[in-house]
Amino acid sequence: MSSEEASMTNTTQTPEQETPPQGAISDFGIDTTSQSTGEAVRDYWARVRGGELGSLPALLGLIVLLIVFSSLSDTFFTLGNLANLLQQGASITIIAMGLVFVLLLGEIDLSAGTASGVTASVMALHLIHNGNLLGGMGDTVFYVFCGLLVLAIVLAVLMKIWAGAALSLIALLIAVIGIPANAWLEMLLAVCVGAAIGCVTGFLVAKVGIPSFVVTLALFLVWGGVVLQLIGQGGTLGLRDDTIFNVANGNLNFVGSWVLFIVAVGGYAAVVLTRHFSRLRKGLVAQPTSLVLAKIGALAVLAAVITYALSLNRAPSNLIVIQGVPYVVPLVLVLLVVGTFVLDRTSYGRHVYAVGGNKEAARRAGINVERIRMSVFVIASSAAAIGAIVYSSKVGSVDPNAGAGNTLLLSVGAAVIGGTSLFGGKGRLRDAVIGGAVLAIIQNGMGLLKQPAAVVFIVTGLVLLLAASVDALSRRRAATAAR
Amino acid sequence: MSEPILELRGINKSFGPVHVLHDIDLTVNPGEVTALVGDNGAGKSTLVKCIAGIHPTDSGEVLFEGQPTHIKGPRDAAELGIEVVYQDLALADNLDIVQNMFLGRERTKGGLLDETDMEQAARKTLASLSVRTVKSVRTQVSSLSGGQRQTVAIAKAVLWNSKVVLLDEPTAALGVAQTRQVLDLVRRLAEQGLGVVLISHNMNDVFEVADKIACLYLGRMAAVVGSKDVTHGQVVELITAGRSGDLGIARPEAATI
Ligand SMILES: Nc1ncnc2c1ncn2[C@@H]1O[C@H](COP(=O)(O)OP(=O)(O)OP(=O)(O)O)[C@@H](O)[C@H]1O
Ligand SMILES: [Mg+2]
Repeated sequence: MSSEEASMTNTTQTPEQETPPQGAISDFGIDTTSQSTGEAVRDYWARVRGGELGSLPALLGLIVLLIVFSSLSDTFFTLGNLANLLQQGASITIIAMGLVFVLLLGEIDLSAGTASGVTASVMALHLIHNGNLLGGMGDTVFYVFCGLLVLAIVLAVLMKIWAGAALSLIALLIAVIGIPANAWLEMLLAVCVGAAIGCVTGFLVAKVGIPSFVVTLALFLVWGGVVLQLIGQGGTLGLRDDTIFNVANGNLNFVGSWVLFIVAVGGYAAVVLTRHFSRLRKGLVAQPTSLVLAKIGALAVLAAVITYALSLNRAPSNLIVIQGVPYVVPLVLVLLVVGTFVLDRTSYGRHVYAVGGNKEAARRAGINVERIRMSVFVIASSAAAIGAIVYSSKVGSVDPNAGAGNTLLLSVGAAVIGGTSLFGGKGRLRDAVIGGAVLAIIQNGMGLLKQPAAVVFIVTGLVLLLAASVDALSRRRAATAAR
Repeated sequence: MSEPILELRGINKSFGPVHVLHDIDLTVNPGEVTALVGDNGAGKSTLVKCIAGIHPTDSGEVLFEGQPTHIKGPRDAAELGIEVVYQDLALADNLDIVQNMFLGRERTKGGLLDETDMEQAARKTLASLSVRTVKSVRTQVSSLSGGQRQTVAIAKAVLWNSKVVLLDEPTAALGVAQTRQVLDLVRRLAEQGLGVVLISHNMNDVFEVADKIACLYLGRMAAVVGSKDVTHGQVVELITAGRSGDLGIARPEAATI
């Protein structure tokens, strides 16, 4: 540390000698003092007016939807339905979180949905045929499958995407060795196959240089066909396994629910406060402590209310007891936290934003742009595989339409509705969660109101259009406000 | 004089059929400011990008501190200690000032970004450049004025412990006071023993800070002259015609073919 400081002052410009010490402070006067609450609020408002809306519109939309559906339907705001909502929205939210990485680069992955279908099918085949994929797929298909995994490994190694190579290798090993069925192994296999698919997609986009729209449109069709081939026309693959069934349908028990509450809120508070006080200590601009505490407090109260509500019995009949926080909640939370951490606190995440903001600037800063571009597709496909596990678990089977149709569109929609820009460089993972919630509520609420599919599609589409317009308009606003 | 810190020998560069740089020779000495001048399209920016590893050269040698080197990318250049302020600035609009200044070379602590450390360092550097109009180092670059962006780009280059700094029209968008700051900075960098290359269209600035002047004419090095040995008029002739008296390319007509 101190050696770094020393090298700083030895650099070319020698700040101390040239400027009086107070120069630094007067130049960035606002930077060095901690803000008052009023200033912080004004600052935020100025940013919103400048076009940096973030997830604000989606949050407002969420509240409006909650109010509308609660007043129109008696069943909407019941405990059973709210828990159901979480389980319904989880899979598209997870796929959307992966897509955020791709959208951050201004790219698109239209194949995420059907790719997730492929991973679900492989998972189901492994389970049904007790690890014998060769038997499940048939000779030709199995060898092509293994060949593609090898290809993925080679491509990933070529581009030095070690995680992608490792996951693809694991997939290959599981496929070749033929370990007997085990739910955890199957889920791992699904994620690994997802990563391998991402390696191929990413290579075609980043290295070969085909626009991601075309690559993923083509692969959307290809993977759709592969799903059909794997499942067989007209059939479905049943997932009869308790562990897999519980992913989307099970709940934490009472104690587990509250432990989750304590870990989540405590962890959030610890991270936020450590950072806050470290900034204050070093004399950097920080939000007022009272505001930070208020934010943590509000979150804690909200989380406590939700945890309490979900730990009540919500079974529709007296014969059974259903209570506890659904497993999908900690799953989504963990993915959200890990992903946010990667994006905000690591060089990799910084480079993703940089490539999305200005590819050429990133290249000149020595960032391996191709590698970053390929890696986001690996992340997106892996996340799509996790989403696939969740939706297959929810339904209890994999059908030939897995991942086709709505899944993808809703996932992209979720990311965009939450505030991720389609133009790249702007967006956060929590956008996907908020957007996923908006879409899940629309689907669920309209369903409860017995609206025909036609209306549901039209409304969903219009909401997406609205979100995209907000994005475009706020960009225009930001552009005019800039200079 | 000590040995040159950076030496180019016979650099050629074409973009497809367009031959942009012809057999460029140039030496950059430590402690000296070398001005690189030439008309629009003469190839100044291209030459800088070749040195920085942005464009691969077709032929020619680059020697750094006397050693032949192959700069294959921006990272290689940065590792050698070559910093560049690009004419088109190359900042990521969606990142803030600190994030841009450390882009590609983030400081980390335990694998995680050390934001506070980077923020303090960025602020020191900016303060030394007297950037008074930027409200906060956490301002997004998209909301900065052209001149402010330019100062950030310059600050980004001087933040590092570099040996050679290449500045491509660093004062083009700057106000009077900021131009003054940058020219002073350029001198100061040279006095600290760095090799500085300054590209500028402003003859007054060039004569004020440069020790020697390299004139590019249609992609050829017309002449490299000491700034004390020539007049404004001669340099302008070298820029526009490629020759001035017995200086410059022997038959400038040949160069246009
Ligand atoms: N990426 C590129 N592809 C093709 N041609 C290029 C490219 N970059 C530059 N050129 C061409 O190379 C020539 C030199 O351009 P360059 O940008 O080096 O000029 P310059 O001397 O910096 O001019 P200015 O004073 O306007 O900045 C021009 O004719 C330009 O059209
Ligand atoms: Mg130029």
